[in-house]
Amino acid sequence: MSLDGGPEYPVTTDFSDVAPGSLALAEEPIAFDVDAIRADFPILERTVGGTPLIYLDSANSSQKPRVVVEAVEDHYLNHNANVARAMHMLGAEATEAFEGARAQLAQFIGAHRTEEVVFTKNASEALNLCAYTLGGYLQPGDEIVISVMEHHSNIVPWQLLAQRTGAVLRWFDVTADGRLDLDKAAAEGLLNERTKIVSVAYVSNVLGTINPISHIAALGHSVGATVVVDASQAVPQLAVNMADLGADLVAFTGHKMVGPTGIGVLWGRYDLLAALPPFLAGGEMIEVVTMAGSTYAPPPHRFEAGTPPIAQAVGLSAAAQYLSAIGMNQITAHEREITGYALEGLQSLPGVTVLGPNELVDRGGAVSFTLTAADQQPIHPHDVSHLLDSRGIAVRAGHHCARPLHERFGVQSSTRASFYLYTTRAEIDALIESLDYTIAFFGRLR
Amino acid sequence: MKVEELYQEIILDHYRSKHHSGLREPYQAEVQHVNPTCGDEVRLRVHLAGDTVSDVSYESVGCSISQASTSVMADLVIGHDVAHGLGLYEEFLTMMQGKGQIEPNEERLEDGIAFAGVAKFPARVKCALIGWSAFRDAIIQAQSAIS
Repeated sequence: MSLDGGPEYPVTTDFSDVAPGSLALAEEPIAFDVDAIRADFPILERTVGGTPLIYLDSANSSQKPRVVVEAVEDHYLNHNANVARAMHMLGAEATEAFEGARAQLAQFIGAHRTEEVVFTKNASEALNLCAYTLGGYLQPGDEIVISVMEHHSNIVPWQLLAQRTGAVLRWFDVTADGRLDLDKAAAEGLLNERTKIVSVAYVSNVLGTINPISHIAALGHSVGATVVVDASQAVPQLAVNMADLGADLVAFTGHKMVGPTGIGVLWGRYDLLAALPPFLAGGEMIEVVTMAGSTYAPPPHRFEAGTPPIAQAVGLSAAAQYLSAIGMNQITAHEREITGYALEGLQSLPGVTVLGPNELVDRGGAVSFTLTAADQQPIHPHDVSHLLDSRGIAVRAGHHCARPLHERFGVQSSTRASFYLYTTRAEIDALIESLDYTIAFFGRLR
Repeated sequence: MKVEELYQEIILDHYRSKHHSGLREPYQAEVQHVNPTCGDEVRLRVHLAGDTVSDVSYESVGCSISQASTSVMADLVIGHDVAHGLGLYEEFLTMMQGKGQIEPNEERLEDGIAFAGVAKFPARVKCALIGWSAFRDAIIQAQSAIS
């Protein structure tokens, strides 16, 4: 595969002079104050049947600070028009806002170039874009490597691609404590000269495991594979730097990082993006269209057919600025503290089994677990989450879009509590107390 | 309604020991139904002898509501007319879609009336219906297999 953009994809649009958002960051980090942060999230003031809402489902979708909602509102109320094709004042304002959001995101993730940021509708679309565009280079017998801990959105696009091309889908297994089993992979020659694509999660949405992406990227590159990363759970909680990560393509989504729904990001190395064919076709992604054929815009617009999520990009830009103002390192530290506290609490309850790492090493802020009553009968996660919901606690129950991983651990489903910058120790206390109640409730009735 | 009231003793009894559980021969149709949101799965077989449902056997995993509901369904339909079973399916469905406003017929639904409260919790309605839907689907397939 040629990674060189070549003359067929000349850079015709230059947005490098568009400045990122205007928010000036303080020289010294602001002290992390969870109560002050909570005041930015009006939804956290809601109550459920008289008790305060305790939202422990941020790995599913995070809540939004007022500043993000207001940025979207301001865009619609004062600057709304289509981008890149409306030749008037509002069109120019909307285009600048949209491209400014791209610059903001590029800065947030440490991209070399603003044009490396492609806006999609979500992480799933970004991963489908990868599978579709990389697929043209595959031959029957080539191998695609994923892992058993992937979210369905990083499994199914590759299954479809394998079916289309005759490529073979293989995967990393996990160890009993929920880490990628790199030793087993090495022993069985998982990565080899047939490997053309490696696609793994940065942070597991079920286990919370933080995978050694730079190491995996180096392994992938050593056999000539393109390395794709699903960073949906990583970008919200870790300071991610694309220039250092070592991956070729990285997908994430806006709504898990206090941004709006309806927008995701695909970051790609510019030379790789420039070599990839279009994905969806339509307006905006073209250069010249004739009835005989068309030429395509350079990245990122080549991959943004149709009217893009403009207001959502504005909201996502505000989200990135909000997280930056607090400081990603402080957010990581807070999540780590809360996760450690939750693991401690969960392990104090008889009948709780945590899936994934029990210790804080390389571990993000999602904890999945199973529950058994005193008589050793399992309590189904759907029953657990319903009882918790009645006490105002929102968790997720089921396989969390990772059915193969649950099968690997021999459980049908699990309950997941996930945390974010607004989660408090008191909320973890309430979770543990309610789980204790749940165990007793189902134990007593049996 | 408090959620604790949802978990009536009848439901937990059926959950504890599911009636007619396990896959059996013979059968004319086998179906698999899943609830992708929570991962509940049921594989269900139906055997008809003329117009009579002579057996319903199943293997299932899922929450207490889905497991108990499937167990109650099997109790209610085995040994009865196909028309009776499908009629009960319709009645159960109506109760589940009634948002808790429909007074169930205890004579006909027996233990099934314990699920009346489920209708007040939209997120759980699908749980209560999974076994019943599988039963109806299997009946239709068994009938077309025979004819």
